[in-house]
Amino acid sequence: MSSSKQALARAASSAEAAPGSTPGAARGARGRGAPADADSWRSRLYRWDMKASPYAFVAPFFLLFGAFSLVPLLYTAWYSLHNVQLSALDHQTWAGLDNYRNLLSSDFFWNALKNTFSIGVISTVPQLLAALALAHLLNYKLRGSTVWRVVMLTPYATSVAAATLVFTLLYSWDGGMVNWFLDFFGVGPVNWRESDWGSQFAVSSIVIWRWTGYNALIYLAAMQAIPADLYESAAIDGANRWQQFRHVTIPQLRPTILFTVVVSTIGATQLFGEPLLFGGVSGSKGGSEHQYQTLGLYMYDQGWIIGNLGKASAIAWSMFLILLIIAAVNLLLTRRLRKSQ
Amino acid sequence: MTTTELTLPRKTGGRRGRMGAGKQLHAGPVTYVVLTVFALVSLAPLVWTAIAASRTDHRLAETPPPLWFGGNLFKNLQAAWDEAGLGTAMVNSVIVAGTITVSTVLFSTLAGFAFAKLRFRFSGLLLLLTIGTMMIPPQLAVVPLYLWMSDLGWSNQLQTVVLPSLVTAFGTFFMRQYLVQALPTELIEAARVDGASSLRIVWHVVFPAARPAMAVLGLLTFVFAWNDFLWPIIALNQQNPTVQVALNSLGTGYVPDQAVIMAGALLGTLPLLVAFLLFGKQIVGGIMQGAIKG
Repeated sequence: MSSSKQALARAASSAEAAPGSTPGAARGARGRGAPADADSWRSRLYRWDMKASPYAFVAPFFLLFGAFSLVPLLYTAWYSLHNVQLSALDHQTWAGLDNYRNLLSSDFFWNALKNTFSIGVISTVPQLLAALALAHLLNYKLRGSTVWRVVMLTPYATSVAAATLVFTLLYSWDGGMVNWFLDFFGVGPVNWRESDWGSQFAVSSIVIWRWTGYNALIYLAAMQAIPADLYESAAIDGANRWQQFRHVTIPQLRPTILFTVVVSTIGATQLFGEPLLFGGVSGSKGGSEHQYQTLGLYMYDQGWIIGNLGKASAIAWSMFLILLIIAAVNLLLTRRLRKSQ
Repeated sequence: MTTTELTLPRKTGGRRGRMGAGKQLHAGPVTYVVLTVFALVSLAPLVWTAIAASRTDHRLAETPPPLWFGGNLFKNLQAAWDEAGLGTAMVNSVIVAGTITVSTVLFSTLAGFAFAKLRFRFSGLLLLLTIGTMMIPPQLAVVPLYLWMSDLGWSNQLQTVVLPSLVTAFGTFFMRQYLVQALPTELIEAARVDGASSLRIVWHVVFPAARPAMAVLGLLTFVFAWNDFLWPIIALNQQNPTVQVALNSLGTGYVPDQAVIMAGALLGTLPLLVAFLLFGKQIVGGIMQGAIKG
């Protein structure tokens, strides 16, 4: 992260240092010699090409990105201040902050916020710990190291929908693989669909299964960038493997760990597909008691099942505000981290 | 940034990637045992999907659950293909993910090149904007997109899911980070002195230099587009589904037969599993490369 920020700063300063014509263009024009008519036309064309082409190259990206990502972001804010019903799309009336007031006084909103948080914690913490352990193992010299890595990444190839359909069957009450397996250990059948913690754990396990290998590869990449002499000097100081992991690997990985925490938090905030499909036919409710209805699910439910798109927009913007708060906290943490180093 | 970090994905994990690696210790038997457990957990649900897809709905409700293949695989695959619309869905998903991949790779390379090597006003600010918006959830766009698409009378048509995904901020940033290192500035200047136009430079200098990263970005984008869920299930329905929309219909009781549902999950995942089998090394390299750059 820090290297990309430095690169950014460099890019920004170089942009300021380039007012209009560039050395390359001047050299090209001078090389032509006599200012004949055809040549000056050509050098003018050349200079125009130099000036305009960067904008032409970034234009398709920014036009498409702006039209379908940035503009909708602002429109969502606009619609969140309106009364927009799915059944009467053309009839939009100003609502002020009604949608937000409505949310803050709704038990379902707070319930969804609470569920998003608890499922986020249950899915992120074990996932990143397992990924760290897995990366540590993959960092040894292994026979067939590429095969191991690809195998760990296969859950990532499985879509949310496919994975959730399979896990739903694995977690079924009667005849499900998980309850059958638990029975060997004398653990009674768990109602993974209806119980509060059971259902949240089941939904989280899908997230953990899909993303652990991916995060392990990110940690592995960072581990391989740690200079070998750090380990050598630790070994000379008499540190055993665990102490090396604890006192060399972990501190060196801190920026990467922070990065994965942020990315996983963003993923957890928008969690949607897993609880939707885990719920089956009435999926958008997140269980009979809304026990695993997340914010993403609540937004879909209010917008496209209930049909209140204005309220759905307000939920989307609440998610955005939560992410902004997380980003601010992250920035603070990074600063403190850098200061302590 | 050391050369290890810049190694092309083809080489990561190979000898060169290992040279600067922190640990050269050989793995002991315990490491292999634990890794095998991780591998089993990764693969077991997929293998079990195939087992369940070869059974009957009735058998899947019984205890103990089946642990080996039955004889109904092709019957269930057929049902998923025809009744659950997986056939149409696969064709649609190939069109959607293919278009998105080509456009993302092309436009990301152009923009990434401009950000990496060309000087223009506001380039730093624009790049910052690109990175800053990389993490906005899709939920922030779907309400306006839905309203626009229904205004245009496009609901349930493929362009509704293609258009909003034609570029990604990640792709542009990924290509920029790669080209900053992989494309020598002298090469561009030499071409300029020879009087090459910018378009010629892109075609003859930038694209050849960017090819390995373009391939990796293409693979990552295809996986992402194939698995995209939220917007497709809002924009499309079972009449004209992508794979994820068809799987969503299966999950909400469109065909209430668990064996057929598992066959659908298997079919919908199969193309990506094949891609992982063929290009797993490149995909792993791309993720590890993107990690260091991020």
